[in-house]
Amino acid sequence: MTKVRVENLVKIFGKKQDQAIKMVNEGKSKEEILKETGATVGVNRASFSVEEGEIFVIMGLSGSGKSTLVRMLNRLIEPTEGHIFIDDEDVSKMNKEQLRKVRREKISMVFQNFGLFPHRTILENTEYGLEVQGVDKETRQKKAEQALDNAGLLPYKDQLPNQLSGGMQQRVGLARALANDPEILLMDEAFSALDPLIRRDMQDELIEMQKKLNKTIIFITHDLNESLRLGDRIAIMKGGEIVQIGTGEEILTHPADDYVERFVEDVDRGKVLTAENIMVRPSFLDIKKNGPRVALQRMTKEDLSSMMVVDSDRKFYGYVTDEDVAKAVKKGQTNFEGILRTDIPTVERTTLVNELFEVIHDSQTPVAVVEDGKLLGIIVRSLVIGALAKDTQEEAEPNE
Amino acid sequence: MNNSILDFIPEVPVAEAIENGVDWLTDNLSFIFDALKESGEWLMEGMTDLLLVIPPIVFILLIAILAFFSSGKKIGLTTFTVVGLWYIQNQGLWEPLMSTITLVVIASLVSILIGVPVGIWMSKSDWAEAILKPVLDFMQTMPAFVYLIPAVAFFGIGLVPGVFSSVIFALPPTVRFTNLGIRQVSEEMVEAADAFGSTANQKLFKVELPLAKATIMAGINQTVLLALSMVVIASMIGAPGLGENVLSSLQRAQVGSGFVSGLALVVLAIIMDRILQNFNR
Repeated sequence: MTKVRVENLVKIFGKKQDQAIKMVNEGKSKEEILKETGATVGVNRASFSVEEGEIFVIMGLSGSGKSTLVRMLNRLIEPTEGHIFIDDEDVSKMNKEQLRKVRREKISMVFQNFGLFPHRTILENTEYGLEVQGVDKETRQKKAEQALDNAGLLPYKDQLPNQLSGGMQQRVGLARALANDPEILLMDEAFSALDPLIRRDMQDELIEMQKKLNKTIIFITHDLNESLRLGDRIAIMKGGEIVQIGTGEEILTHPADDYVERFVEDVDRGKVLTAENIMVRPSFLDIKKNGPRVALQRMTKEDLSSMMVVDSDRKFYGYVTDEDVAKAVKKGQTNFEGILRTDIPTVERTTLVNELFEVIHDSQTPVAVVEDGKLLGIIVRSLVIGALAKDTQEEAEPNE
Repeated sequence: MNNSILDFIPEVPVAEAIENGVDWLTDNLSFIFDALKESGEWLMEGMTDLLLVIPPIVFILLIAILAFFSSGKKIGLTTFTVVGLWYIQNQGLWEPLMSTITLVVIASLVSILIGVPVGIWMSKSDWAEAILKPVLDFMQTMPAFVYLIPAVAFFGIGLVPGVFSSVIFALPPTVRFTNLGIRQVSEEMVEAADAFGSTANQKLFKVELPLAKATIMAGINQTVLLALSMVVIASMIGAPGLGENVLSSLQRAQVGSGFVSGLALVVLAIIMDRILQNFNR
């Protein structure tokens, strides 16, 4: 079910807005509009929709308009044009009262520099959202304490924010956002101010939390690795426009344009691609139907030194080598008994390429990708190297 | 040079215009000024009388206790308070001291009551800021003596015109610092308050004012000291207090008694300033 739908959202900063909006709708670029009118296009006709329970990442460099875009969703910044639908209600058309209700009940926000009120204790910060709704003190304290307890922060409830480390402060920021049980979380560079190790922990915690709570999360970041870790889908922004929306996989493998390609260039592909992404369909033998004679014939024809052996359900048994098969044929053997080898490393579908590298380095054979005992595919050394060296095939072509 | 083109322009009657304006106000709004004068005098004389009822020794002890606890139980300010106030009492300046305290306290309170809301308004509206900034500059740079003239026209002589001119002189820092303090509240704090659905009032009272408190208090501190510095000037239009003693010493060229009264003012200024600053922390 679609939770948030954004249609042609535009934000223009500066004067001559009417003229600028006209130029935006004519499809003029940000630079042209700036030159002609002096107005800056913050967000240029952004459209996307976010499904319920999804983590939707908006990624872009600074100045790409991602922070402006997310602030238009709860109208911290007023859109110049366009619509924001939350559960099919148009937020952009709401009056102050309605907007306040949405902010109080449906959308919470987590800020880059945590946005904690320095004059309020951790508990008072956490109950702020409930306090402004007019929830009585006892109820709101109970809910806030529950939210802090879930984040393991209850012992700190009477401290002030500046007595806590950055990671802890952001946990409070998250607990505060969750205390009034919103349906949508907006996270604006929420982990960007944290050091890398804490950052990873927070990402893991967010993923864990999401499994339990199943919120709709819109997460802003400038870090591709972070988007790939967190995002069910990713929107890439450039110069106020969304240039591509897709899963991490889609964006890595089919970058929409040069910009996205340059963006993804630096990503550590080994941390992103999994065995599933690079495995190939193996040539295999059916343990019930085929014997050494068939095996030898196919291996000679396909120029292979070994073949995988499965049954009709693709249950994985092992592999045979060309030498063993040849000997078996000479002996007149009709099945793979005695020559079936099982000393083959197996990995999961989701094993990262980086981890594969370790496995395949020590192995004389290909690596089998197995799920529930069934063979999905195999990976040979050249595939791992190819995946790590970006787009080898493309670069090999002289025209490129 | 004598025949320069400027000589052909007749003198613009600025002074007359101001005089006419003030005359008009005095003639037409005298019932307001009279009412303010009556009630103001009643209030302030009452307050001075009340302060004089307290025996000096008790008063000194109370202020010393206040100084002691506000300074975090440090002995320095406490000692200074005791010695300073004793000195004023010893020099026979207790009654003028109480009048001065009344004048400063009332002028400061009025300044705060007007200044903080105006400062809030100024912080919320760029339009208001654009208009009020030059007005505040004007109020602060115009020589303080000038305010005495309309004060006398409106209120005659005494405490009330003294407070009136002190308020005009002392008001700007509170307005400015309130405006500054609220505008300095970081964008993220404001966004956080908005994002959770605060109303404008909730945002102001739960987030902006608490975060601007230190800055606003610094402004109020300035206002109090400016009001105190107006005491001598206000005595020229008959405001009672230590200023009166300084002024009469000046008129009679009595160096000694002028110094004694002046020192009493310095003592009062230091005590008020330090205690206020301690409260600010």
